[in-house]
Amino acid sequence: MLADIPLLSLIIWAPILGGIWVLVAGGERNVPTARVIALATSILTFLLSLPLYTRFDLGSSDMQFVERMPWISTFDIHYHLGVDGISMPLIILTTFITVVVIISSWSVIKQRAAQYLAAFLVLEGLMVGAFAALDSILFYVFWEALLIPMFLIIGIWGGPRRVYATIKFFLFTFFGSVLMLVALLYLYAQGGSFAIHDLYRLPLGMTEQILIFLAFLAAFAVKVPMWPVHTWLPDAHVEAPTGGSVILAAIMLKLGGYGLVRFSLPITPDASQELAWLMIGLSLIAIVYIGFVAIVQPDMKKLIAYSSISHMGFATLGLFIAFRIFDDTGSMAGAGMGVQGSLVQMISHGFISAAMFLCVGVMYDRLHSREIKDYGGVVNTMPIFAAFMMLFALANSGLPGTSGFVGEFMVIMGSFKANFWIAFLAGLTLVLGAAYTLWMYKRVIFGPVGNDGVAGLKDVNGREIVFLVLLALPVLWLGLWPAPLLEILQPSVDNLLQHVAVSKL
Amino acid sequence: MSLMLNDFLPAAPEIFLLAMVSLILVIDVYLPERYRLVTYQLSQATLVATTVLVVLLYPVEPVLTFSDSFVLDRMGSVLKVFVLLMSYFAFFYSKEYLRARNLFKGEFYLLGLFAVLGMMVLISGHSFLTLYLGLELLSLSLYAMVALHRDSTAASEAAMKYFILASLASGILLYGISLLYGATGTLDLAELRSAIGAEGEGRNVVLMLGLVFVVVGIAFKLGAVPFHMWVPDLYQGAPTPVTLFIGTAPKLAGFAMLMRFLVDGMGGLRGDWSDMLVILAILSLAVGNIVAIAQTNLKRMLGYSTIAHMGYMFLGMIAGTTAGYAASMFYIIVYALMAMGGFGMIILLSRAGFESDRLDDFRGLNERSPWYAFLMLVLMMSMGGLPPFLGFWAKWSVLRELVAVDMVWLAVVSVVFSLIGLFYYIRIVRLMYFEKPADHSTVAAPADMRVMISTNGLAILALGLYPGALMAVCISAFAV
Repeated sequence: MLADIPLLSLIIWAPILGGIWVLVAGGERNVPTARVIALATSILTFLLSLPLYTRFDLGSSDMQFVERMPWISTFDIHYHLGVDGISMPLIILTTFITVVVIISSWSVIKQRAAQYLAAFLVLEGLMVGAFAALDSILFYVFWEALLIPMFLIIGIWGGPRRVYATIKFFLFTFFGSVLMLVALLYLYAQGGSFAIHDLYRLPLGMTEQILIFLAFLAAFAVKVPMWPVHTWLPDAHVEAPTGGSVILAAIMLKLGGYGLVRFSLPITPDASQELAWLMIGLSLIAIVYIGFVAIVQPDMKKLIAYSSISHMGFATLGLFIAFRIFDDTGSMAGAGMGVQGSLVQMISHGFISAAMFLCVGVMYDRLHSREIKDYGGVVNTMPIFAAFMMLFALANSGLPGTSGFVGEFMVIMGSFKANFWIAFLAGLTLVLGAAYTLWMYKRVIFGPVGNDGVAGLKDVNGREIVFLVLLALPVLWLGLWPAPLLEILQPSVDNLLQHVAVSKL
Repeated sequence: MSLMLNDFLPAAPEIFLLAMVSLILVIDVYLPERYRLVTYQLSQATLVATTVLVVLLYPVEPVLTFSDSFVLDRMGSVLKVFVLLMSYFAFFYSKEYLRARNLFKGEFYLLGLFAVLGMMVLISGHSFLTLYLGLELLSLSLYAMVALHRDSTAASEAAMKYFILASLASGILLYGISLLYGATGTLDLAELRSAIGAEGEGRNVVLMLGLVFVVVGIAFKLGAVPFHMWVPDLYQGAPTPVTLFIGTAPKLAGFAMLMRFLVDGMGGLRGDWSDMLVILAILSLAVGNIVAIAQTNLKRMLGYSTIAHMGYMFLGMIAGTTAGYAASMFYIIVYALMAMGGFGMIILLSRAGFESDRLDDFRGLNERSPWYAFLMLVLMMSMGGLPPFLGFWAKWSVLRELVAVDMVWLAVVSVVFSLIGLFYYIRIVRLMYFEKPADHSTVAAPADMRVMISTNGLAILALGLYPGALMAVCISAFAV
């Protein structure tokens, strides 16, 4: 009986309808009601997403919880949803982070609070839709539609340069996406289908594959973001309200990585192979160069934004290093390690970056500054907070025992199989990550009390402890015992590699 | 030959409309001023009844009548239904605006109805004479409508400009028709088609010259670059309800004109005219989208946006397949629906002595009225081509057909321009949501207007979530 419930549709539409309800029932005149409705909706959605995990068939690489209905029958487009081991953890991450975001913005947002909450709920539904869509046009609709709430979130509730930042964010991502749209239409012209699984089987020539790969890359690289199209991210992050930064870093960037896994690798395997050097190169630049850029940032949010780019470089490195491993050793298992490491890195970064941005948000709410120089000695006035931030800072620099370590370790291990120097450069991140994160931590938290503002700080309240604990748990859990996540990923990654290993020429 | 009753039947909606316009004309003359609403109500009732007739007469096979000069086919019927629907909305939106400015006169609705009749004749034209007759009936009514606001210099200037340039275009078109007649000796589209041959076997210099003049004439009427100069001035200068009317229904008639002349008449010369359309399309996309960025007047900006949208509409024609024509038709219908909403919003926010047609008038709308800000957001994002709104599917359709005929390069060019286009649409969203309002007055429009504009905006969203039905209608209009 439970199997007949369209679970994925519920997870997509419940928050969207909840968002409308927030506006209608709560509205700006009745913000407390709006908050309660928003929190209830987000928790309900999170609970709805749990059966995806508990009832997930670990032995299968097939799509599960599949829903398929005709949508635009003239062009054979279906409302087709389903999850595998790759998308399921990302969906749970989305529903989880949304709950955290709603709690974190509880009393912080004063202006147009109901619209703020509604935008996040709508955004949640659209993001889940993008992760769950199995029809490329359905995916595209969700993928593009989620720009609108994000555009408003940054633009309405962001910092001083919010308008510039949000328009830059919007135009960058839109440009990448329209090229992807042309690629999808081309694939339809060749194979007569928009279903993602039909596209996996479509034979394509090398030139076609390279062009399609580049078109997909334009969409996904902007979202990841990869060097050199990352420039929107620091702007958007810095200007976005805390909740917006959290969603951007924790989930939106993952959409880019997810797109590479779901579209680029299996649809254009030969081009991915051919251009792996390029992708590895860009990833290494992101890891090393952006790591150095992060060190010198005077603004905490900007520092974490650059750290996100660097960490996402690991995710893309893991995906494309698989080709080198496969070429050099022929080992499917070795290649699988790279891809799995990349996916673990994405999930883990979702929790850690969310936590880091929330930590900055906690301080910003008190002193209204993101500049490192405005702080110093925060540990003296906020000891509990300092302890939490310590944990997240260490996780961000990849300390073993935290989730940040697992993904990076797997990717570096994989890289060693491919090439020592790639592994060496990637390994630099452990040094750089520690340098930029801990140095910032030192300047902000330790030392004597820097100024009167810091001297007057109050430690975290109950609400803030709730969301910090909520994020600390998965960071430690995935760090100490990542096996459950790896078990989920394994069959789908193997299945992916089998698709990738077959040439389409 | 003698005409039987059956010969009149295919033109029954047009005949009914003509009879009603004449009747309303007489009634209006004898109506005391305080009963002016009756003219409006009769006009709306006429539109509804004509729509019913068009739907009842929806043909399976094309029917020719009046010595083959008038055709009733599915494409025509679908277009007519939308023309009537949009005219209904345009009349509706105009009511309060005209009242507030003391322009609520019978002439507006009578001229509007004559324009509708012209559009219907144009859509059904199957010979150069009927096509030209319909076009001129439409154009002459529109000239007068633009000039309706007699005391406004802007409106008079717009009317003058429109009249002179559009008459020039009519002349060019007529000259093209005369060349085609000279080359083939016929005014009938089917005979012209067979004279040219399926693959353009009968191609010659005079024919080509005629084709060029016809394309230029049509491009003038549609406002494609480089024949677009009149569009921004007209859109800005005309009273908003007239702009709304000109910006919606006549676009559908213009599409029909394109189809009748180029596809039905000169399908054999597709290779020649599609090259011309490529140039017109790229120029329209470039100029429309780029110049729109610099505008501070919303009506003028939407004028440039129209030019760009005509460029997109051409893309489906360039594909040159039946599916491509269907995509173009889908595009033009969707565009007209969006434009109607856009100008409707301007009318909604305006009041006596305040036009609300500057971009700045939309500043901070979200704080004044979140609901209308949301509707405007839907309309602007839809025009920009963002899913899940209807405008995305329109672009998606024409791009799909372009890619299907291996014109990927043109598709890429057009999406790059759509990026530029998006910039000025999100500027409106920016003003509404990110800025503070100048005054905090709430929107004061009558309830019926609110309901209509909400329906209009939500239709863009709802049809965007389920676009299949409207697409199927457009495709079935071309099915053989």
